[in-house]
Amino acid sequence: MAALINVPSKARRGEIIEIRTLTSHIMETGFRHTADGTLVPRDIITGFVCRYNGAEIFRADLFPAIAANPYLSFFTVAKESGKFEFEWIGDNGYSSTASASITVG
Amino acid sequence: MISWRAIAAILLVTGPALLAGEIPPDARRSGYAFMGPDTRAMQDDDTANPGMLFVLDGEQLWKKTTGAADKACADCHGDARSSMKGIAARYPAFDKALGRPVTLDQRINLCRADHQQATPLPYESRDLLALSAFVGHQSRGIPITAGDDPQVKPFVDQGRALFMQREGQLNLACTNCHDDNFGKRLAGAPITQGQPTGYPLYRLEWQTLGSIERRLRSCMTGVRAQAYDYGSPELVALQLYLMSRARGLPMETPAVRP
Amino acid sequence: MPTTRRQFLNFAGGMTVAGTIPIVTLRPIEATPAMLNAAIRNVVGEAQLRTGRIKLDIPPLVENGNTVPMTVSVASPMTADDHVKSIHVFNEKNPQPNIGNFYFSLFSGRAQVSTRIRLADTQKVVAIARLSDDTFWQVASEIVVTLAACTEELN
Repeated sequence: MAALINVPSKARRGEIIEIRTLTSHIMETGFRHTADGTLVPRDIITGFVCRYNGAEIFRADLFPAIAANPYLSFFTVAKESGKFEFEWIGDNGYSSTASASITVG
Repeated sequence: MISWRAIAAILLVTGPALLAGEIPPDARRSGYAFMGPDTRAMQDDDTANPGMLFVLDGEQLWKKTTGAADKACADCHGDARSSMKGIAARYPAFDKALGRPVTLDQRINLCRADHQQATPLPYESRDLLALSAFVGHQSRGIPITAGDDPQVKPFVDQGRALFMQREGQLNLACTNCHDDNFGKRLAGAPITQGQPTGYPLYRLEWQTLGSIERRLRSCMTGVRAQAYDYGSPELVALQLYLMSRARGLPMETPAVRP
Repeated sequence: MPTTRRQFLNFAGGMTVAGTIPIVTLRPIEATPAMLNAAIRNVVGEAQLRTGRIKLDIPPLVENGNTVPMTVSVASPMTADDHVKSIHVFNEKNPQPNIGNFYFSLFSGRAQVSTRIRLADTQKVVAIARLSDDTFWQVASEIVVTLAACTEELN
């Protein structure tokens, strides 16, 4: 499944930068029924974490009220060059990762 | 009090000489013009536009071999950025062998059958939407010219007739809303001109990407009519007329709409 | 064109009502204010809930309740002594009161998060920030969810 990550490729040391993530997921609420009355089982992303050179900088618990294809935007201080790692986990053993690198000068 | 009939008469006298129910070219506006700033922002930024997730998937599928021929789209068409540029702005387009216009979705499946020896992708399946979004995206910003080919003229006319024809329990034609009442509100939502500039597009209501045929079918359900089947000649003709009606408007695929 | 304006409006009204019925009858039980309060107490415990400091940006009139852009922020220096630990967002009328919990760090730089949420109906959204001194600050916003015309039947 595709994910769109937007991290500036370059930043000044100490600059506050925005990180945007968008990932494919239906986020089935578990509250909907099919035409014949069967409950559609819940299938959502329940957790997200972003690490910057191994250290956790942002984390989220998600619920069925988060729209399909979850979008998250948050901030961090550009402290050193390196790698951002993103991880989404969810129902039915769902797990997906992505990464992006940054040069801090 | 001025009667409605009198207002209509005044409009007829002072308005430009147009056929009833036709929007003059300089008044044609994409659905984008009718949406709020938040939805526009979602479309404008590729890293915030969820339709781009499908474009990314489509790019992978473009390069992936499939079918008994073990060929990828890219094996024939190369780099889509050049080979597919402007293509979606001309679709539905005339197919000589079939003697009728085919949609981009149908063209993709014809390619699969003829050149990849692969099974057709079902309408509204993720893979078909992803491929048509990827191909459509290569035409972003290019003015629509579908319907210019003289060979498709009878099909454009058929589509126009369907657009003008009242149907369903509410006995409404497409033109009643999208030519005569655009800019007004129906329930909480503005009525657009129904210009198909950004398909397949991400609809917030659907929370996914969908084709123009899905949209047309929900309009038909809205007026309590029996919706035409996916790929039916009627839906192809309607799509062709809508594209010709949007002539000159730039493609926006993948658009975002409420 | 024989259609009069009145007839058109009648059609429009009919369409809205007809389109609304299946959604209403199929919607599960709404989160009650009691559930909302319980969900908030689950996060806040017995601590005092103060109003202010936190800002909730949602369009007051949303175009489609299925995908509503939302930004929550607190003006905070985000230093070791004075920072935002977390932000918690709740709703009043969805089937479930929680929307999301967002946890910041000392590397966050800015206590702000944006996402897209679902709102089943016109309702109140509540955001609560937990600061480094373990005080809790809240903001509430009434959001009007407009009904779209000609929506697909629920399936």
